[in-house]
Amino acid sequence: MIRRIRTLIVKEFLELRQTPRLFGLLLVAPILQMTLLGYAATTDVEHVPIVIVDGDRSPTSRALVERFAASKNFSIVEEAGSPAAIDDSLAHGRAWLGIVIPHGMGDALMGHGPDSDRVVQVLADGTDSNSSGVALAYVSGLISEFNIGLLIDRGRRPGAVDGRVRVWFNPELESRDFMLPGVLALLLLVVTASLSSMAIVRERELGTLEQLNVTPLGRWELILGKLLPYALVGFVDVFLVLAVVVFWFQVPLRGSVPLLLGASLIYLVCTLGLGLFVSTISSTQQQAMMTSTFFFLMPMVYLSGFIFPIENMPRVIQWVTTLIPLRYFLVIVRGIFLKGVGFQVLWPQFAALAAWGLAVLSLAAFRSHKRA
Amino acid sequence: MRRAWAVTVKELRQIARDRRTLLILLFLPAFFLFLYGYALNFDIRHVSLAVEDRDGSAESRQLIASFVRSTYFDQVASVRSDAEINDLINHGRVRAVLVIPEDFSRRVRDRDVATVQVILNGDDSTTATTVLGYANAVLLEASAEFGAGAETPIIRVEPRVWYNPELRSTLFLIPGLIAFISMITAVVSTALSIVREKEAGTMEQVRMAPISTLAFIAGKTAPYLIISQISGTLVILASMVLFDLPLRGTWLDLSIVLAVFLLGALGTGILVSTAADTQQVALQAAMLVAFLPTFMLSGFIFPVASMPVVLQYITTVVPAKYFLTALRGVVLKGLGLGALWQPIGALAIYAAATLGLSTARLARR
Repeated sequence: MIRRIRTLIVKEFLELRQTPRLFGLLLVAPILQMTLLGYAATTDVEHVPIVIVDGDRSPTSRALVERFAASKNFSIVEEAGSPAAIDDSLAHGRAWLGIVIPHGMGDALMGHGPDSDRVVQVLADGTDSNSSGVALAYVSGLISEFNIGLLIDRGRRPGAVDGRVRVWFNPELESRDFMLPGVLALLLLVVTASLSSMAIVRERELGTLEQLNVTPLGRWELILGKLLPYALVGFVDVFLVLAVVVFWFQVPLRGSVPLLLGASLIYLVCTLGLGLFVSTISSTQQQAMMTSTFFFLMPMVYLSGFIFPIENMPRVIQWVTTLIPLRYFLVIVRGIFLKGVGFQVLWPQFAALAAWGLAVLSLAAFRSHKRA
Repeated sequence: MRRAWAVTVKELRQIARDRRTLLILLFLPAFFLFLYGYALNFDIRHVSLAVEDRDGSAESRQLIASFVRSTYFDQVASVRSDAEINDLINHGRVRAVLVIPEDFSRRVRDRDVATVQVILNGDDSTTATTVLGYANAVLLEASAEFGAGAETPIIRVEPRVWYNPELRSTLFLIPGLIAFISMITAVVSTALSIVREKEAGTMEQVRMAPISTLAFIAGKTAPYLIISQISGTLVILASMVLFDLPLRGTWLDLSIVLAVFLLGALGTGILVSTAADTQQVALQAAMLVAFLPTFMLSGFIFPVASMPVVLQYITTVVPAKYFLTALRGVVLKGLGLGALWQPIGALAIYAAATLGLSTARLARR
């Protein structure tokens, strides 16, 4: 049995060597993508482009404008003369926020003038609701600080409740530390599942599946022989991509490396098994490609908690997400990377992942036999 | 022209023979929009909160009440010790912990600074940043309540949000989903179109036929353009009916923007197809050029303005980025084609480049 599987593995590698382009894609592309996406995957909001209209031009209003200019959260792209200019900047996306300081604010703050002159108006482009929300919070924060400065200048004690915030696992709230382990999981899924989804259907289209069927190869031997070479390629990818994450992006890896590698191995069995299963249920490579893209890759990307928090989803869809292996692997990689937790915390995820992999491989083996 | 039409007819027949594929291409995108539109949102509400109230006074309860009343937080646990906090956060049962010290009420009554501790689970930094903002807002509000009476003129902020006044993340995400789904459908449907003929050996026959490469490419593209234009329109219709996506511009502008984008997307698929030797290579390449860049480099989720400058240059070759700008412009901001000539021009250039390159590659053989 071992010998028969080995022969199949050798055959697969020979085929892989004959398509050097595929080989290059499998090794170079993940590193390239990881590097690119590593920089892209950030939800940190910085340098929000703003337009400021200073209608007051008093020392106080200038000081406020200075505050905005000095903050790294904002970058002033335009100082306009009238609020009308804000319309245009927001419509064309040159700025996300427009800030209008009313005429007479300096005086009103000294107690001479109507209360309405103390209102700073902030106009926000709500198209990107997430970033706008964060940017609005930055504005409130900046103005609160400015107010406290004003109060202290007048010899008042601001008093009251002060929050000391401590953030665990990711004190600087670096979105990169959160995103990159996820990108690793996603990248492996996209590369390995799409690779193996072609494995068997390709032989069927080329007519060579008949030849394989007349060999004394059993169904499990066929599946294992197809799985192992790709698993090896996938595992090389794991090392390459991990190296980029840890050495290039310097994401702290707090937990155990062997545990992470073990988890990746189980995960690879899942993704490759999934691809093989798709391969057995498709009759052409085009069908295999569509099935794996639409029915497996896309739902996994969106419903795994990679970016969109599962807690936010409707209850029914939350149940659906329990069927997604990427979800468990994400908990594992983030747990190991950020929290440094070990097997005693993560064992339910390991168990779920292993069960999933075993199930999908059995399905693939079962289907491959029926078609024979 | 007539020859290109002949290729189109042949291609349409081939598509019609594979009913399953045709149905997938036409209706699946709208279904996915339905699914993901419901599933996905960034609106973070009901953050699970644990409270350690060491003070147990009227004031401390008032503070807890303002956390719960804000509707941002749900109190799910009361804890007595720090060890319990560890356990709750490590297992992900709570996102935030509020610790109120023993001297809280005394300090509030003395108008002194009363410090409370807020511990956040930062493993999901996006959510944590938002939660941090909520917590600060609640604490500021509570400060105002406790310190009321100190009437001093200070600056007030009055925010007004345009285009999406409630800051619904759905309105932000739906255009991105439309772009993503259309891109994937278009690339997937054409990525195998030419390499399949190569593998099946029918490419030789096409070569022998009296037809120019350009006509061949045009004939290959046309049927898929029709199909994806229909399915793209269905997706947009679905998002209007299901998710109240407004259309502040006109249908004509929207259709033009969609068509120009689809041409580029189909061109990408065909280019991949001419460059690949086997369908397996084509699939890998299609995934790499279409799937992840559209997802991550287009501004669908991650704002391009926050990326490093070098990467911002790279995003200039991602067609979905321009499509998103144009789509959000027409749909949410009600802009016309004139105001959007830049992104639309970029899309047109992209389409011309991919289709031109494919023609050149095919002619060279």
